[in-house]
Amino acid sequence: MSGAILILGATSAIARGAAAAWAQRGHRLYLAGRDVESLRRDAADLAIRYGVAVHFGAFDAAAHDTHAAFLQRVTDEMGELEGVLLAFGYLGSQAKAAGDFREALAIINRNFVDAVSILNLCADQLEQRGRGFIAGIASVAGDRGRQSNYTYGAAKGAFALYLQGLRNRLFPAGVRVLTIKPGFVDTAMTWGMPGLFLVASPIDVGARIVTAVERGRDVIYVPWFWRYIMLIIRSIPERLFKRLKL
Amino acid sequence: MNTLNKDIAGWGRYPVQRCELVRPERHAELWSEAPSLLARGQGRSYGDAALNEGGRVVLTERVNRFLAFDREQGIVRAEAGVTLAELLALTVPRGWFPLVTPGTRHVSLGGCVAADVHGKNHHHDGAFSSSVRELELITAGGRRLRCSAQENAAAFQATVGGMGLTGIIGEVELQLQPIESGYIRARHQAAAHLEELFRLLQESDGDARYSVAWVDLMSRGAALGRGVVMNGDHAARDELSGGRRLTPLRLPPARVRNIPCNMPGWLLNGLSIRAFNAQYYRREGSRSGSFLLDYDTFFYPLDTLANWNRLYGRRGFVQYQCVVPTATALEAMRQLLQRLADSGHPAFLGVLKRMGPAGAAYLSFPMEGYTLAMDLPMKGAATLALLDAFDSVVLQHGGRVYLAKDARLAPASFRAMYPQFAEWQRVRRELDPHGVFSSSLSRRLGMEEQA
Ligand SMILES: Cc1cc2nc3c(=O)[nH]c(=O)nc-3n(C[C@H](O)[C@H](O)[C@H](O)COP(=O)(O)OP(=O)(O)OC[C@H]3O[C@@H](n4cnc5c(N)ncnc54)[C@H](O)[C@@H]3O)c2cc1C
Ligand SMILES: NC(=O)c1ccc[n+]([C@@H]2O[C@H](COP(=O)([O-])OP(=O)(O)OC[C@H]3O[C@@H](n4cnc5c(N)ncnc54)[C@H](OP(=O)(O)O)[C@@H]3O)[C@@H](O)[C@H]2O)c1
Repeated sequence: MSGAILILGATSAIARGAAAAWAQRGHRLYLAGRDVESLRRDAADLAIRYGVAVHFGAFDAAAHDTHAAFLQRVTDEMGELEGVLLAFGYLGSQAKAAGDFREALAIINRNFVDAVSILNLCADQLEQRGRGFIAGIASVAGDRGRQSNYTYGAAKGAFALYLQGLRNRLFPAGVRVLTIKPGFVDTAMTWGMPGLFLVASPIDVGARIVTAVERGRDVIYVPWFWRYIMLIIRSIPERLFKRLKL
Repeated sequence: MNTLNKDIAGWGRYPVQRCELVRPERHAELWSEAPSLLARGQGRSYGDAALNEGGRVVLTERVNRFLAFDREQGIVRAEAGVTLAELLALTVPRGWFPLVTPGTRHVSLGGCVAADVHGKNHHHDGAFSSSVRELELITAGGRRLRCSAQENAAAFQATVGGMGLTGIIGEVELQLQPIESGYIRARHQAAAHLEELFRLLQESDGDARYSVAWVDLMSRGAALGRGVVMNGDHAARDELSGGRRLTPLRLPPARVRNIPCNMPGWLLNGLSIRAFNAQYYRREGSRSGSFLLDYDTFFYPLDTLANWNRLYGRRGFVQYQCVVPTATALEAMRQLLQRLADSGHPAFLGVLKRMGPAGAAYLSFPMEGYTLAMDLPMKGAATLALLDAFDSVVLQHGGRVYLAKDARLAPASFRAMYPQFAEWQRVRRELDPHGVFSSSLSRRLGMEEQA
């Protein structure tokens, strides 16, 4: 089994880690994102290291009305898709988002609305085909609202709920849906951020995503111990939680 | 671009300095606007070459994509953050090997170019730059310059060995050498003292592609400079037998070595090093005839011990590497070893090697002669004074110190050792008129001041 996989937001470091793991297993890839010159380099690198065919092309998550044509182009080039990884996202700044609605909207759109736009189309296609997978990167930040990043957390939480519903809908069709909830990952998004702990490498996180897809998992926390950290965080009563500086 | 202020060091863990780190994920982000910039690869230079105290350091580790690999011609092009380890993993199974490799595979291509590194085959094949077909140099302002020995030749010769001070190397294109197997046919010969070591090196390296000598730095008196000459050549397929012959380019993954690994840091003193060296001398020196080693064991024995620099403890260590012209090299090395012996300063891991003719790069370290490298635990003023004494010996014999290993050379000594500094500086001023690229090493050595 080495079908074609579409990666949305393929310039992300986590996506790069997953792409390497898939390429190593012989999957053909389509790398999609805004920075086409970087994608060209990534595609060359994967093809040289792993000897697989890697395609790439422009994709802007925010340009919803281009999504149908984009997906058509991808399937024309690659044939039927085996699966889709959605990696794009935007952390933004909570401080800025509190006073500037455009920032809040960008965070909500990039992490939720844009994802719905493209995944609705992917879901239809995979459902018709009757197998395959959709994997989406949400976040542990979506498990509980905190003052430091609740706009991002709300958008990621909404995305996780959306994936949950999608999983339910696509189950009869034999299409698996994986929700990925990373903790801190050592990427451009977190570089230089104060207060990081237990930071995981994006290569490891990418490899975990690929094995989770293979095993048909529903929801994963990466690294695994975040499941327990979040269990504790979720179990703190709200009347206490609201007093914490988190 | 997000920044991270952090204390970092070179491989010797001396000195430790606070730098502003950025870590681009893509080639397009290598350049960023900052008053002071320096690229850093894997931080395997020993001293302050890859430090920029108070300034910005651009980590290139994530800019590591292969861009092209011609399996017929053995030409590979990659972003400068690619390491030799990654290169070997790609090319060895296809029968290609780097023309020049230093003693660790955890170095970036950018670092290999910027230090114009040499290998055990310098007497045969020259330094790293002789395998570089082309570079992309990102100069001040973010301009991209294609350079090679033919195109923009001055920029090329200033960048090779230029210690990151001409700009950021973005891409490197290399010519590799064909190999039939991943094995090396090696031969060891023991030498009872320095003179014999020199004689064996000279006699044997004419026909050996790779040649280097381990020196017992704790030897004294008549045995001063005793050691083991280690020669090697790539093994042809028909030199192998059994399973190796069937898959000559596939190597067993796990390798067990028993060099200093099992010694805790506080054990690296004169006594323990002497005991280790005596045993090493007996064992390695008595291996007779030729024998096959996989290339990892032959080229990268230290890589089997991750973070071995921690053995030296918190104060770190310095490596002193110099090269001295052939004519008086034996005399110079004898003086250095004698001074070391007289000082009573512990020193570990001595390496002696004959070098071939110098290349064309202005600040490249190699020159025709002999090079000696020694690791010394950092013991403050005593260590620094000893190394100053070494400098005067090296200067007196017309030699020089390797900047990629240096943490303490004085500006005047540097100028005397690198006579092409003024020419280099002229080219560098054209490439970077405002001196954006700068390092702790360049400021310490007065490389920013007019020659
Ligand atoms: C165990 C060991 C064995 C070694 N053996 C040898 C040997 O046999 N022969 C030898 O010659 N050396 C040897 N070295 C030294 C090592 O090869 C060099 O110091 C090399 O430069 C390290 O590469 P790096 O990627 O770690 O570079 P760094 O240490 O990160 O940087 C070294 C220099 O290169 C510059 N630089 C790095 N990347 C770029 C870039 N992209 N653009 C511009 N400038 C850049 C830096 O500014 C700095 O001046 C050895 C080192 C170790 C630890
Ligand atoms: N790093 C962490 O600690 C962490 C933790 C939890 C979850 N996550 C999630 O993991 C995913 C990957 O993030 P990362 O850490 O790898 O950071 P990253 O490198 O910043 O990745 C974000 C990616 O989103 C892409 N993107 C942004 N806007 C886009 C748009 N309009 N159209 C297309 N692509 C767009 C970016 O591509 P371009 O800018 O090249 O266009 C970039 O590749 C994100 O969803 C993030 O929220 C990360």
